Amino acid sequence: MKAPLKRSNAPIFWALFGAGGMLSALIGPMLVFITGLALPLGLLLPADTMSYPKMLAFAQNFIGKGFIFAVIALFLWHAAHRIFHSLHDIGIHAGTGAKLLCYGSALLGTLIAAYALLAIGF
Amino acid sequence: MSEMQKTIEIEVLRYHPEKDKEPHRQVFEVPFTDDMSVLQGVQYIKDYLDGSLSFRWSCRMAICGSCGMMINGVPNLSCQTFLRDYYPARVRVEALAHFPIERDLVINMEGFIEKLESIQPYIIPKEERTLAQGEYLQTPEQLNAYEQFSSCINCLLCYAACPQFGLNSSFIGPAATALLHRYNVDSRDGGKAERMELINSEEGVFNCTAVGYCSEVCPKHVDPANAVNQNKTNSAADYFLRFLAPKGGAK
Repeated sequence: MKAPLKRSNAPIFWALFGAGGMLSALIGPMLVFITGLALPLGLLLPADTMSYPKMLAFAQNFIGKGFIFAVIALFLWHAAHRIFHSLHDIGIHAGTGAKLLCYGSALLGTLIAAYALLAIGF
Repeated sequence: MSEMQKTIEIEVLRYHPEKDKEPHRQVFEVPFTDDMSVLQGVQYIKDYLDGSLSFRWSCRMAICGSCGMMINGVPNLSCQTFLRDYYPARVRVEALAHFPIERDLVINMEGFIEKLESIQPYIIPKEERTLAQGEYLQTPEQLNAYEQFSSCINCLLCYAACPQFGLNSSFIGPAATALLHRYNVDSRDGGKAERMELINSEEGVFNCTAVGYCSEVCPKHVDPANAVNQNKTNSAADYFLRFLAPKGGAK
């Protein structure tokens, strides 16, 4: 007799992975360009685009908060899922340990982001 | 035989379970003509050089799915792979990857047969009909929904190609999922909920990391990767929406 089938909880992680993948594909390159190239090199954008008062106002705005939270949390879940499966592919089958480490750090990052965004006020 | 006769080296992975501790390689010098397949090459070896060589084959025209082998490391049907494409280099022929070897190029496909049975690969009628009610009718559109996935010949090339099946042989795998999908999307079938339990399980579609090599090696263009990934969406929807479904979705 074969063991009865156990329902996989993968859809939770797969959905977060998918959402993060979609978001990073849509806005990841743009964010890299703005924060990593355009501003440091003084291209296209006003020099004070990411100045402290502007970014604070952005993070205190309800929509800005949501944006920052989605980018940090979903990117993390996407990365955690990809790293977890890549570990498996290169022969590291740490199982629960790797799972806890990968998804645990994504969860930790998510909680820290949520806390920081709430702490910074509205 | 003229002096124009070309010969090619065929390196074969040999394994005799009663004599050998582990598989080893043996090289044969095989005369060939441009129209000879790799299958004909190993048939030449069996007929004229070493009658103990074991391999499966039947139709010689990519229909039966028996003669799948690793040819220079790539899963392929040996009947549709030609020696001329490798000449003058040596051709390496091995049993399909990721399966236990029974003998030489013959693999043990018992695990796959069990999977095939587990997906219930037959129509479970949505509504019982008597003979008097006539046949189950289907529109061309309803046929299109599953036809592509019904072309599988169980050659197992997709399993030899799948790195995830190689790492975890309990994964239901590409061909079985494609066939499962073929019945689930058939308008006459009513067995979807039962089959979804397998899709949703730990042996199910989420073992797949969307490599896509299964579809690349498929000799019948079934595109099993498509079936697997469509069912990730189906399974995720079932996972999150099952509490809203009238019957609670699949278990």
